[in-house]
Amino acid sequence: MIKQVASLIVLLGIGIILTMAVIDMPAFGDPEAPAHRHVAPRYIALAEEETGVTNMVTAILADYRGYDTLGELTVIFAAGAAVLSLLGSKHE
Amino acid sequence: MTTVVIQTIGRILVPFIQLFGLYVIIHGPVSPGGGFQGGVIVGASMILLALSYDLSSAEARASHKVRIAMDSTGALLFAGIGLVALLAGGFFLEYGIIPLPMAPAEVRGIFILLVGVAIGIHIMALAASLFLHLAEEHEI
Repeated sequence: MIKQVASLIVLLGIGIILTMAVIDMPAFGDPEAPAHRHVAPRYIALAEEETGVTNMVTAILADYRGYDTLGELTVIFAAGAAVLSLLGSKHE
Repeated sequence: MTTVVIQTIGRILVPFIQLFGLYVIIHGPVSPGGGFQGGVIVGASMILLALSYDLSSAEARASHKVRIAMDSTGALLFAGIGLVALLAGGFFLEYGIIPLPMAPAEVRGIFILLVGVAIGIHIMALAASLFLHLAEEHEI
């Protein structure tokens, strides 16, 4: 009983903190949001000129944030290799 | 259990799905899409083949060895492109520095496409592999 009350209080506390954080977030699509004021304007202005690629998303994914994408691919590769080695194969 | 209707529709659809997947990969730099999305579409075509026929016919078109080789090739190709930039004297994955007879912006565009293709090869093999390995245990 005490355990349940204690976990309820902890959960409520976390819930209040998370709700406050969500309320404090910038409105959806707000151009003044911090995420849109750091490097985004530079990408929008220069991505096509610098990379010769009209799809800005691909330019960011494969060029400006190429290191990130390589890490992402490595994670998928490691996960795939792990799953395939666990599942095994009839052909071996 | 598959019927002749399912098999015929699958046989007609698979080439178009694969062509669309390759289109999504190749057109990554100019339209929505890219390696991840196109790779999953091509992988899904192999899943459709396995579902509409059986596992062995999908396995015959993309065997375990071929899939593993493609899987590794995609990841290595991406890392290799990064190393080419390193050898050309730039930073890792700095495509613009690679000495090709064209403007640096165009070189970057070409390598963005190559990276997309590398991602596509990797994802299409992995998507097909995951399904075929999971389904192997319970032959449809």
